[in-house]
Amino acid sequence: MGSQKRIAKELTELTESPPAGIMVELADEANLYEWKVHMEGPEKSPFHNGKFLVKLSLPTEYPFKPPTVSFATKIYHPNVTNDDKGSMCLGMLRADEWKPSSKISAVLQFARQLLAEPMPDDAVEGRIAEQYKNDRARYEEVAREWTRKHAC
Amino acid sequence: MLHESELNSIKGKVTCDSSLLAYPRQLCRSDITPPITRKRKAAEVDNDPLPKAATKAHGPRHATSDRPALSKHSSAATEITDNRASPASSASQKKRDLVTPATTTASMDSDDDFMSDVSSQDDFGMQASDNDSLGEDFGDLDAGFDDKDIFGHKRKPYEVEFKVLDPPDIENEQLGQVNEVCAILGLPPESAAILLRFGRWNKEKLIESYMEHPEKTLEDAGLGTNFEGTAKTETVPGFMCDICCEDGDDLETYAMRCGHRFCVDCYRHYLGQKIKEEGEAARIQCPGDGCNRIVDSKSLDLLVTDDLKERYRELLTRTYVDDKENLRWCPAPNCKYAVDCGVKNRDLHRIVPTVHCFCKHEFCFGCSLSDHQPTPCTLVKMWLQKCEDDSETANWISANTKECPRCMSTIEKNGGCNHMTCRKCKHEFCWMCMGLWSEHGTSWYNCNRYEEKSGSDARSAQAKSRSFLERYLHYYNRYANHEQSAKLDKDLYLKTEKKMTSLQSSSGLSWIEVQFLDTASQALQQCRQTLKWTYAFAFYLARNNLTEIFEDNQKDLEMAVESLSEMFEKPVSELAELKVDILDKTAYCTKRRVILLSDTAENLKNGEWSFNVEW
Repeated sequence: MGSQKRIAKELTELTESPPAGIMVELADEANLYEWKVHMEGPEKSPFHNGKFLVKLSLPTEYPFKPPTVSFATKIYHPNVTNDDKGSMCLGMLRADEWKPSSKISAVLQFARQLLAEPMPDDAVEGRIAEQYKNDRARYEEVAREWTRKHAC
Repeated sequence: MLHESELNSIKGKVTCDSSLLAYPRQLCRSDITPPITRKRKAAEVDNDPLPKAATKAHGPRHATSDRPALSKHSSAATEITDNRASPASSASQKKRDLVTPATTTASMDSDDDFMSDVSSQDDFGMQASDNDSLGEDFGDLDAGFDDKDIFGHKRKPYEVEFKVLDPPDIENEQLGQVNEVCAILGLPPESAAILLRFGRWNKEKLIESYMEHPEKTLEDAGLGTNFEGTAKTETVPGFMCDICCEDGDDLETYAMRCGHRFCVDCYRHYLGQKIKEEGEAARIQCPGDGCNRIVDSKSLDLLVTDDLKERYRELLTRTYVDDKENLRWCPAPNCKYAVDCGVKNRDLHRIVPTVHCFCKHEFCFGCSLSDHQPTPCTLVKMWLQKCEDDSETANWISANTKECPRCMSTIEKNGGCNHMTCRKCKHEFCWMCMGLWSEHGTSWYNCNRYEEKSGSDARSAQAKSRSFLERYLHYYNRYANHEQSAKLDKDLYLKTEKKMTSLQSSSGLSWIEVQFLDTASQALQQCRQTLKWTYAFAFYLARNNLTEIFEDNQKDLEMAVESLSEMFEKPVSELAELKVDILDKTAYCTKRRVILLSDTAENLKNGEWSFNVEW
């Protein structure tokens, strides 16, 4: 299949006209399937001024199977697992919701949007989601603290 | 022990044939396709535990051949139980044959006027229409579960009406409804199918919602309002596929009516992955980002290979059966049949809907477990749960522990003195008399204070909880025993074939003459299954004047079963002489089972039982 061609095209587009706060590169020039994404924490979020390293892996069946997104930089967020994997759970990345014509650019913008507006109902970290809903100030405080410690 | 004929007269009061004539059958089910009828007859004959008696009883049924798979026993047993049944049944048999679709409508009208439009639509000669009127959500009007239907004549009170369907039948059913909707709404069949699947095959609701908001309904179902154009692949100059980024003027492409165009290779790959890997069929969307248009069967047929089409249809059929409340797959391994039955979930406290698949598996339509007559599904679940929790440890607990008189925690005394302090509630008591330790004075380690009030209260509480356990164990042991015996009988059954062969050679009996062993063995299995569940049922039963009859019936069946089981174990050389006895006993067992089940089912239906649990 033309998966290489498609990936190359998406990479070119993303490098030439990157979306706000997002910069992409290949983790290894010889491998189109592993990407390094530098994501700036969105303004007006506790992640502002943070620079997050996000790993994007494309399966060999891409674009028929969805990519996976994980945070290499530790982040305090209801939708990112607080472990060494830093997996992010995105609705559009679920196998049954993914469409082969969906674009990586959209995935990354969606992921960045999620930093600004967490979705506590689809949380992978229940405790953080709870805090986000009930004690926003404390949540933002911890998230800022973590951003300063890990992402600056 | 009473002679069998005496027993008959005593238990005669619990047979129900006299009430059966009162109700004419209301549902006309004479439109089964010929292949099923043939298969079913074959299955019935195979199953029949009493070939001789059955031959007679089969007479009228063969002539009309419209019965949806009757219970194996019904015909044979009717023959024996009640002589009046024969003339009576043939008379009303004729009556039933005269029932026309018009009568069906009329009878439903009487249930509720609202049904009239709906059911008259059903009567337009659709092969499948008969079944759906049973299973739609409109069933709230009780079209499916009606005393007259379920307890119609010839069917025992514990039997329900059902029909076994094989995959082609199910496909035809779907097709019938698709054609109907497509004729009413004027949509192409592939779109009507999508609409129906979206509406979970509730035709009436769907048509109503379409009439009110056609565009919204179509949009929600993933159809869109544009039905122009035919499905074909084409080449488009200057096209680039959004999925693989290939371009070229000679690239074959395809788009559904939503206009999202991709190259045929990608489309095909996408569909293949959905069908093969994800097992999706009814809800495959257009590959276009954010487009919720459902891929229709016409597009699919155009794009994918034959084996995928096959799989696609299989998956659609699976969804269909899952969606319909009146259909359920036979749970037997590798069985391809589904059963159509009108019993609803809310009826399950009044009836135990056992159905018989063509594969010979008997299961409950309500919960898919193996036949558990006469115990209702909810009690079965409670019982199984209880057994899982209790039985392994119950015996040990009973033998080795006592409960703390205050908090009822179970306590094991692992040696030491009689001064017990409950770890949970810190209650201090004497292990021997269960009385308060503080009342013990100086007579430690040597309890002789039997008369103390606190002690006797505690002991009676203890005795009560112990008696609960004992009561449970009483029923459990019998339940488990029949389960175990059924297994052993089954082992015996596997040897039966061998036995029969050796019997043929040693006694000079022909193959057909030794079939009585097979019949006996099957009857034994079935009776034990029933007996087993009568104990679970009895456990939840609160005593009233009916329980005694129930227990008598249970006892009679049990005695008959045990004596048949005993005959069965005789050496092969004696079996030939026992043939008549075994035949008699088999028939007797079967009859006792019918009586027990009929009686229990009748009372269940009429809400005559009282139970010691809420359910």
